Amino acid sequence: MQLVSFHLMPYRPLDLAEAAKHRSPWVVLPNRLYDPKKGAEEYACHIDALVYAEELGFDAIGVNEHHQTAYGLMPAPNLIASALIQRTKRVRIAILGRALPLVNNPIYIAEEFAMLDNLSKGRIIAGFVRGIGSEYHSSGVNPYFSHERFHEAHDLIIRAWTEPGPFAFDGDHFGLRYVNLWPRPYQTPHPPVWIPSQGSSETVAWAADPRRKYPFLVTFSSADLVARYHNSYREEARRQGYEAAADQLGWACPIYVAESDERAREEAGRAVETLFNDFLRQSFEMLMPPGYTSISSMKNFVRMRGALGGGRLTAEALIDSGTALIGSPKTVLAGIERMRERTGFGILVALLQFGILSDELTRRNMDLFAAEVMPHLQG
Amino acid sequence: MPAQSTEFRVRGTAVALHRAGQGPTALFLHGAGGVPQWLPFFDLLAERYELLVPEHPGFGGSDDPPSIRSMADLALFYLDLVEAAGLERIHLIGHSLGGWLAAEILIRDRSRFRSLVQLAPAGIRVKGVPCGDNFIWGPEEAVRNLYHDQSFAERILAVKPDEAQMDVLLKNRFTVAKFGWQPRWYDPDLEKWLHRIKLPALVVWGEDDRIMPPAYAALWRERLPDARLVMVEECGHLPHVEKVDVVARRVCAFLEEVA
Repeated sequence: MQLVSFHLMPYRPLDLAEAAKHRSPWVVLPNRLYDPKKGAEEYACHIDALVYAEELGFDAIGVNEHHQTAYGLMPAPNLIASALIQRTKRVRIAILGRALPLVNNPIYIAEEFAMLDNLSKGRIIAGFVRGIGSEYHSSGVNPYFSHERFHEAHDLIIRAWTEPGPFAFDGDHFGLRYVNLWPRPYQTPHPPVWIPSQGSSETVAWAADPRRKYPFLVTFSSADLVARYHNSYREEARRQGYEAAADQLGWACPIYVAESDERAREEAGRAVETLFNDFLRQSFEMLMPPGYTSISSMKNFVRMRGALGGGRLTAEALIDSGTALIGSPKTVLAGIERMRERTGFGILVALLQFGILSDELTRRNMDLFAAEVMPHLQG
Repeated sequence: MPAQSTEFRVRGTAVALHRAGQGPTALFLHGAGGVPQWLPFFDLLAERYELLVPEHPGFGGSDDPPSIRSMADLALFYLDLVEAAGLERIHLIGHSLGGWLAAEILIRDRSRFRSLVQLAPAGIRVKGVPCGDNFIWGPEEAVRNLYHDQSFAERILAVKPDEAQMDVLLKNRFTVAKFGWQPRWYDPDLEKWLHRIKLPALVVWGEDDRIMPPAYAALWRERLPDARLVMVEECGHLPHVEKVDVVARRVCAFLEEVA
């Protein structure tokens, strides 16, 4: 199994009580609540922890992109990736991912990834996402054209990486007389592309297409939903005439390991609650701007949200539903193995820091995961 | 007076068209909410006019052709529609998004039109005075912010929409985003061509409009070559709903005067 250590880089010093008075920690949370002195320390600690993951034997370390939010401090994840390249030797660096529809010229994304691939001598994994709904509020990009812009930007980037330039690209959203990438990517034909997603059926079918076979990462979902999405990818692959490999299926999950289940819950319970209730808190209107998904996907989302009910999610509920793996090494390993039996997935994106989890507990979590869980998953 | 509803086809696109009354033609262009019901305002107009209320492509019972991607497309579609229907000397009445549409139509070709009534139109902006963000508001907040008099909002909030109504709400919302998300509620090229609307115009605005700020009313009054402005007291974004009597009276008096 490929193991990725992934940080969202939340702004942990956030005054949660003050933040709760606002519509959301996304888009509209007043940025006077960000203290640059504390924020600078946050960057340093998060980067140290990701670098440490190489020492512990992870296959990859991961960063991602979000805008105008205390949930994650990486509006430009490639800047962090660039810093990580300089401090690591062997580990792959996964940018999970860049939000393609949000830019006005996707060539800049192709260029940045190609630069990182050269700087790292081929250690880059390129994640492509659409950005979450809130990002259409903060960027102003029209969500109605999100899918069109994503697909067009994707085609442009792949062609820029693989076809001899200069050539002209004739898109409806992006039209360029000259596409001619300097530098070209280090890896041949190009860095691997991964697709982190909340599981819309449109994205599953597109990623599973035999021309792409892009690994599909399911994020922040209950174990049942993760299994459903993985298996719908498998079915889609079969429908398109092949059997999906283990390394096409990924699961991104908050994980915390301690000596016992009780201790793990005690140490990480509040942190995982802050991730889901405080940092991820967004209204339907923010998460699902009109046109961001099809009308039928949107109605499914409304139904599922209704089934979850309102109110705060408790650590217990998050653990019981398998949304987070928190417990002894045995418990956490069992959760991973159960998913492997259900779906045969082969990429685990472990969120070993989440919410307000401190540096000290993050470090202990990483050590224990590496010592007690990792050996059972490798080889 | 109950409306008669038909399907009207323009070059393969079916539009749901409601009509009532007899007399000179008045064409009402609805706003972002579509035409969920026949309004008392329509009945008052239909006493003296043949009132046509189409649902725009992408809204309610109308088709959603992929070729219509912008307000400019929609405006040209409507020029096809009035031509296909053989309408002349039309009194054009637009509300909000429909007011924006009315202006986009008339800067292109006003030859089949007699007058313009703008009810809290979108389409232009005053720098430094943002519109209300009805895309980020929750469902209750969005309804409340439409009205000055909250009893209107409460009557709407008391009724849960059924599945079919939900589908229409979502369809309308998608189309509204297509046209109005970015730039938010305006066309950067519209304001500079408003001088082409050489028709008598009436601009009506609620003094407590929380979506299109009343500061925009003065700019419309200034840019339209022959416009008068009516500000309506204690009134939100739907003057023809919230103050139907006074607004219908002012609109009918205007239409009579310009006939």
